[in-house]
Amino acid sequence: MHELSIAMSIIELVQEESDKRGGAQVSAVHLKLGALSGVVKEALLGSFEMACEDTPLKGARLVIEDVPVLIFCRSCQAKCPISSVQLFCCAECGTPSAEVVQGKELEVVALEIEEWDHSPV
Amino acid sequence: MGSQPRLIEVRKNVLKQNDLVARALREQFRAAGVFVVSLVSSPGSGKTMFLEKTLTLLRQHYRVAALVGDLATENDAVRLARSQAPVKQITTGTLCHLEAAMVQNALQEWDLNQLDFLFIENVGNLVCPSSYDLGENLRLVLISVTEGEDKPLKYPTIFNSADVAVVTKMDLASAVEFDWQTAYGNIQAVRPGMQVFKLSAKNGQGMDEYLSFLKKRLDESRVTATI
Repeated sequence: MHELSIAMSIIELVQEESDKRGGAQVSAVHLKLGALSGVVKEALLGSFEMACEDTPLKGARLVIEDVPVLIFCRSCQAKCPISSVQLFCCAECGTPSAEVVQGKELEVVALEIEEWDHSPV
Repeated sequence: MGSQPRLIEVRKNVLKQNDLVARALREQFRAAGVFVVSLVSSPGSGKTMFLEKTLTLLRQHYRVAALVGDLATENDAVRLARSQAPVKQITTGTLCHLEAAMVQNALQEWDLNQLDFLFIENVGNLVCPSSYDLGENLRLVLISVTEGEDKPLKYPTIFNSADVAVVTKMDLASAVEFDWQTAYGNIQAVRPGMQVFKLSAKNGQGMDEYLSFLKKRLDESRVTATI
């Protein structure tokens, strides 16, 4: 269970990005999460909410995009999905492959920030 | 006055800080000509016994040292000190894995130029250590015959973050009816082509083959480092 440390790293990273933009209020964090990242989605969502308390990110949503594993298949000469994470074989032709080309992502891809409309009412 | 959300692109690895430190460590290891091996496994797989044997045998011809991650006790460091190699404990408190910065701190007083091999024993855990690069040259994942043949299927992520697998406690294989072919097949299912050593640190079976492999990798790393 290291999702709490991951959540804290996310918050740190987001605050850095927010500071660069003059302390913009972040309402949502978009994250890519690979099936081989070693991070459990549900645990991360809970940890994130908890870790945001007492920070300027309080109430921000964590929007997670699941990224499936793709391997490079030498028979198909293409990036292919695997049968399952228990079987690293090309789902198309069954050739085994350990060349993971996608699925280890743990990446903040975008932030939703609140922009105040300062025009006179 | 109202607010409108705006989407801004960021694209940053969450563990970039750890990755930066790991990269610096890797460069430091390369410059010093030290080959660094990390060990991951469940608690009780025989990691410490295996490392103690490794240190004792390699020490006859090589300069070796070890860092040991443990949640609370220094028992492992005390056991490893019997090998007479330099050993340092990293007590992680409640943290379930080692991070690159902990390794960097622990190494501050050591002159890496005086070492051939450095071993890093991670906290006993098959989940969390997979996400953290420690700058090592080689990551070994250990499973013992007493854990059953299906460990690789339950923890495919750690097998995918490791380079080599070691099956330990082979002296107990027949007592626990361990099925080597099934275990080997499961490792190959989650990591096709992975090299697997089967050995017993207790009776020495298979240790020679594994140690020869480490020596070869040390030599190769030094050839690459000088090109």
